[in-house]
Amino acid sequence: MNSPEDYRSSAGKAAADTRLHSALAKMRDKVGRNALNLYTQVDAQADPRLKAKDVRRKVVNNLDVVLTSLAAKITGRGGHVHFAPTDLDAVEYCLGVARRHGVRRVVKGKSMLSEEIGLNAAFEAAGIETVETDLGEYIVQLKGETPSHIIAPAIHYSREQVGELFAEKLGEPYTSDPPTLTAMARKALREKMLTAEMGVSGGNTACAETGHVTIVSNEGNIRMSSTMPRVHVVLLGIEKVAATLEDHDVLLRMLTRAAAGQKISTYVSYVGGPRLEDEPDGPEEFHLVLVDNGRTRILGDPDFREVLHCIRCGCCLNVCPVYLKIGGHSYGTPYCGPIGAVFTPLTRGVNECHHLCQGETLCGACKQVCPVDNDLPRMLSLLRAKLADGDPRWNVRPQSRGTKAAFAAWAWIMSRRPALDLLLRLGRAVQRLLPKPSGWIRRLPGPLSGWTRGRDFPPLAKESFTERWARTRGRKA
Amino acid sequence: MTNRPKRVTLFIQCIIDSCFPDAAWAMVRVLEKQGVELVHPKDQTCCGQPAFNAGYRQEAARLAERFLDVFEDAEAIVCPSGSCVNMVRHHYAELFEHQPRLLARAEAVAAKTWEFTEYLVDVLGVTDVGAFWKGQVTYHDSCHLLRGLGVADQPRALLRQVRGLELVEMTRSDECCGFGGTFAVKYPEISEALLETKLANVQSTGAETVTGCDMGCLMHMQGMITRRGLPIQVRHIAEILAGEER
Ligand code: SF4
Repeated sequence: MNSPEDYRSSAGKAAADTRLHSALAKMRDKVGRNALNLYTQVDAQADPRLKAKDVRRKVVNNLDVVLTSLAAKITGRGGHVHFAPTDLDAVEYCLGVARRHGVRRVVKGKSMLSEEIGLNAAFEAAGIETVETDLGEYIVQLKGETPSHIIAPAIHYSREQVGELFAEKLGEPYTSDPPTLTAMARKALREKMLTAEMGVSGGNTACAETGHVTIVSNEGNIRMSSTMPRVHVVLLGIEKVAATLEDHDVLLRMLTRAAAGQKISTYVSYVGGPRLEDEPDGPEEFHLVLVDNGRTRILGDPDFREVLHCIRCGCCLNVCPVYLKIGGHSYGTPYCGPIGAVFTPLTRGVNECHHLCQGETLCGACKQVCPVDNDLPRMLSLLRAKLADGDPRWNVRPQSRGTKAAFAAWAWIMSRRPALDLLLRLGRAVQRLLPKPSGWIRRLPGPLSGWTRGRDFPPLAKESFTERWARTRGRKA
Repeated sequence: MTNRPKRVTLFIQCIIDSCFPDAAWAMVRVLEKQGVELVHPKDQTCCGQPAFNAGYRQEAARLAERFLDVFEDAEAIVCPSGSCVNMVRHHYAELFEHQPRLLARAEAVAAKTWEFTEYLVDVLGVTDVGAFWKGQVTYHDSCHLLRGLGVADQPRALLRQVRGLELVEMTRSDECCGFGGTFAVKYPEISEALLETKLANVQSTGAETVTGCDMGCLMHMQGMITRRGLPIQVRHIAEILAGEER
């Protein structure tokens, strides 16, 4: 994870990277700013986001029951279900499965949850070759990087850069033609798929009523990695389930629109157990790993439970003006953008992630496009409140005595108009000493210098509105 | 309009009060031209928004309670800043969530607090305030005004009626300018990058003036415009609506 200092410096660098900005702008225009239009296809009368929110709220409030019935359906079909309280436990379980089957190669579908628990690194450390099969994930893996977007992991690369990467790593002739590049990846990956003993994928949602995990993709890689290897393991965050098929349908229709601007993705895979006798293909062994890793703690706090409604569509990234400038890597955590800024501090420590809680403008664009109407700005604001005054329930220490004292002093003055008037008079005297080549203040001292790094600051007027009102109309009022 | 209040209590955003009083005086002229009687409680200071956004809720709550004391008796409260009205209308309820008495008082005050353009159009039912302004103007949608209060059409309707003024829309007028209170000071690199994009969108309209309903965003824009000597002028919407032919 990036430290707060790393955050500011990498964000600062990215903020000047215009090539990155134009890559991200494509997601913004194609998906993000188009999302609300797409939702009206689902329901033009009532706002479908509210229906989806309701579906999510119901299920998150009844997770225990819903997960039990999902698990029962899957074990009934001969699958294994494991509940992993922590990231380490989830990784240990996956390693155990791999060891039992003498696995040397794993093919993976795209899974942000596997990033969250650090699965690839653990597999590699155990000598198991781990191959990402989603094109974007494959690109970042070849680069030795992590995804920079929840849905589009390699969005920060141009096709020219991908061409160079494939030329270097795959020994292919250079091209920047996307279909040719895709064909190159496909060729390289197909060999891996045919020889892998184990497949790992991440569930986008699940349906308790039918007992399936649902995985959407546009490349067909999920279908191969979930059917060809002998063993298949699906990772699923405990919150990502729908109770009924009807509810599942509501979420799926919102998910593909919000994530990729599609009515439905090219492939939708439903997996729910090992191959049955009358089925032509499928794994011999099937495992569902339900990962908690801090989620039940969030569930226990009504202020933040809403963040578990998230369906990880990534749409909030595409409209976040901050994400669009700094890109995913600046956050230094698996989940970036607005959703990451709320989820990560809650799971990794609010003090440790204070920069994520405070690095936004609270503009509200994320809430507006979220397919489940998640109020991320409300939760960011609450996280800041924890940093301001501390909160033992979340083990949060007050972040800064100095800032606290400054706000307390400010509130003291603002509670007394005469004190404010005095301060304004004092300010007018002091500002005469500050440089004002343009009429506005060029340089402010101390912590306020951040403003005047690239912007001038307005001087105090000679007479405040209040003073002049009192002078000219005082008696009338 | 049926329930047209006779008397409006002015709620002047702290930065307008101290740095941009002209915008408030412009609002006074526009409202008085509509025949509204104005009062100005001399004890008012700040609604508490800066503290709230930074997480300092105890301090914000102190000022919120004080705001209720000062404004409670008003018939209607009108403010030339969308984010301050959003604070009063939506966030006071969050601050007093567990204090029923204060919550009730906050809700009563919230129900009669209006942003300036919202008040003109939705309460007074006016879109033509008889203003004159020469030239092309582009309008910036401030985040809290737009997404918090849902105010987007009112200022545009008012601007369209201004004689001599041509309203030119910019690309993504609803995208944040990067101000965000203490964010602008804490993360200047990011904040400036957002602002650069905003100003590029303003400039590509060719309009000589950018306007809006929130001085926070406008002073943020003006800050970079002044620093870089860009040929754009910034005006609070009240100043345009108070414009006269000369
Ligand atoms: S918070 Fe909403 S928009 Fe963001 S990833 Fe989650 S569901 Fe999608």
